[in-house]
Amino acid sequence: MFFAFLESSRSAFAAILANRLRSFLTTLGIIIGVASVIAVVSVTGGMSAFIGDSFASLGTNSLTIQSYTPFEDLMKGIRSRLTPADLELIEKRGEGIASITPILEANRSSQLKYGPQTAYSLIMGTTYAYQDVAQTYTEFGRFLAQADNITRRRIAVIGEDVRENLNLPENPVNEYVELSGEWFKIVGLLEPMGDVMGQSRDNIVLVPYSTMVSILGNQAQTDIGIQLSLTPTANLEVVTSQLTSLLRNAHDLSGSEDDDFRIQTAEQLMEQFDQILGTLTMVIAGIVSISLLVGGIGIMNIMLVSVTERTREIGICKAIGAKSHHILMQFLIEALLLSLLGGAIGLASGYGLGMLISNNIPDFPPASVPLWAAALALGFSGFVGVVFGILPAAKAANLDPIDALRYE
Amino acid sequence: MELIKLTDVKKYYEMGSQVVKALNGIDIVVNKNDYLAFIGSSGSGKSTMLNILGCLDKPTSGQYHLNGKNVEILDQNELSEIRNLEIGFIFQSFNLLPRANALDNVMQPLIYRSVGFRQRKNMAMEALSRVGLKDRIDHLPNQLSGGQRQRVAIARALVTHPSILLADEPTGNLDSRTTVEIMQLFDQLHEEGHTLIVVTHENEIAQHCHRIVEMKDGKIFSDTIAQRSKIEATA
Repeated sequence: MFFAFLESSRSAFAAILANRLRSFLTTLGIIIGVASVIAVVSVTGGMSAFIGDSFASLGTNSLTIQSYTPFEDLMKGIRSRLTPADLELIEKRGEGIASITPILEANRSSQLKYGPQTAYSLIMGTTYAYQDVAQTYTEFGRFLAQADNITRRRIAVIGEDVRENLNLPENPVNEYVELSGEWFKIVGLLEPMGDVMGQSRDNIVLVPYSTMVSILGNQAQTDIGIQLSLTPTANLEVVTSQLTSLLRNAHDLSGSEDDDFRIQTAEQLMEQFDQILGTLTMVIAGIVSISLLVGGIGIMNIMLVSVTERTREIGICKAIGAKSHHILMQFLIEALLLSLLGGAIGLASGYGLGMLISNNIPDFPPASVPLWAAALALGFSGFVGVVFGILPAAKAANLDPIDALRYE
Repeated sequence: MELIKLTDVKKYYEMGSQVVKALNGIDIVVNKNDYLAFIGSSGSGKSTMLNILGCLDKPTSGQYHLNGKNVEILDQNELSEIRNLEIGFIFQSFNLLPRANALDNVMQPLIYRSVGFRQRKNMAMEALSRVGLKDRIDHLPNQLSGGQRQRVAIARALVTHPSILLADEPTGNLDSRTTVEIMQLFDQLHEEGHTLIVVTHENEIAQHCHRIVEMKDGKIFSDTIAQRSKIEATA
């Protein structure tokens, strides 16, 4: 059996090589199908591996609470808010919380100036606890301190991108930058944190929370965000449900009303992204597998032509002693080889395409082909080859030697 | 020694509503080292005779013993095996595999016997040098002349050491000079002890043979031992 397999493979190879162009065109359907699957999978695979990494760096046991206004209410001019009172409530009555910090984002122009340089950046008012919650540390200088908050000092901790954009020295500590018409002294530079989803996390300026409140002026009500990290023993779900009922009580929500805030964990965010990516991949893979089917039919078509063309050869082989299984095996292996070659070429070009895509989009994670996808692509093309090769091969094997020999 | 024995072999074809009696009761015995020609006009049943003898086709009725084996009861795959073991075909149009070189063509029947590559090559080289084509082994059929192609085909028939060599109009596509060469090769093969059966409509070819069987309307019309050849053989 192995001997027959070996010999059949040899002659199948010879037949494929004898018609190089035709073989290539025959497998083109498979090549394109596999290449598109692999390109899609490699790009999204790279993306989800990357997303996993970056969300892990956000800290897996931290929670973010933000106000949430349904779209309908937004149209009516109603806005939900999280207030400093909510923060105070959670600080007092929340359980399992290691550190908690408010985050107040500047909603006006966030222009920064240093000498002739200007830059735009995310400016957040927060407290010393942010360091624990967000797991971010200073490279130079110090982080915000509790005293800064109490005395509303005009100081700032900046990210690496801000330093670069403003042409600040390598160690920017003790330099002054202008923010909303006020001068802020830089007390610290954060360690670079990299990107999440193509967005830099280093283009950031942290100022004391109360300083931020005063900059924003006497707005009737501020809407803050709250970030908190959990104690190692705390259960994420227990804490979440406790916080939910605390805030619902504070906001006077009746049983039928929806939450006017959202509690999110980094893990939830990651899961959402993964889910979206997974669905996208499945849909595209589904569409593309139709092209594999079409490719398989193309192979069957050409194999049938090839059997007809080689009818006389088949007759000769039968006359000199080939049994049905010899002929069947030869044509089946030829179809299998064709589609496997197509699969391999498609795999390589799909990976190349994925690389090309991810390299040409800035800040895009590098493409990576998971092993299962490569195995699946090759396995599926082999399967297509066998399924669509059976009919032509059986046709060849069942030819009558006399008719086949007489065929012109 | 009886190599082939046909007993009341009939082969009928249905052509629409008509039944064509291609072979209508053939009884013949072919002995080892016979050198036999089937002659006859077209439609006489020569080709059907060849197909039956070559185990390419099965008789409608009657018995065919080849080398002591009852052949007419075998199925297609068993017939393939018999063809591979017992019969060497030589065709009018050579019937070489177009993409395979001379050596590969000669090795081909050995593949179906599961002979390993090295031994296959040795056997094929031996057969090719027997027909005088040792220096043409890597030529494709279309790079060879008609006579050379027929020699490759003969080598392919010889390589399996068959009981009979079955030639169907072996010189039909060759010029007269090559025809003589090929027939001389046949004569030599006969002298070496091979059993040859030649189907032809050319009298000159048949004259090489020692026994001439003339067919007519699916029956054996005459079966004569050629005198001239006999004298040559005894001389």
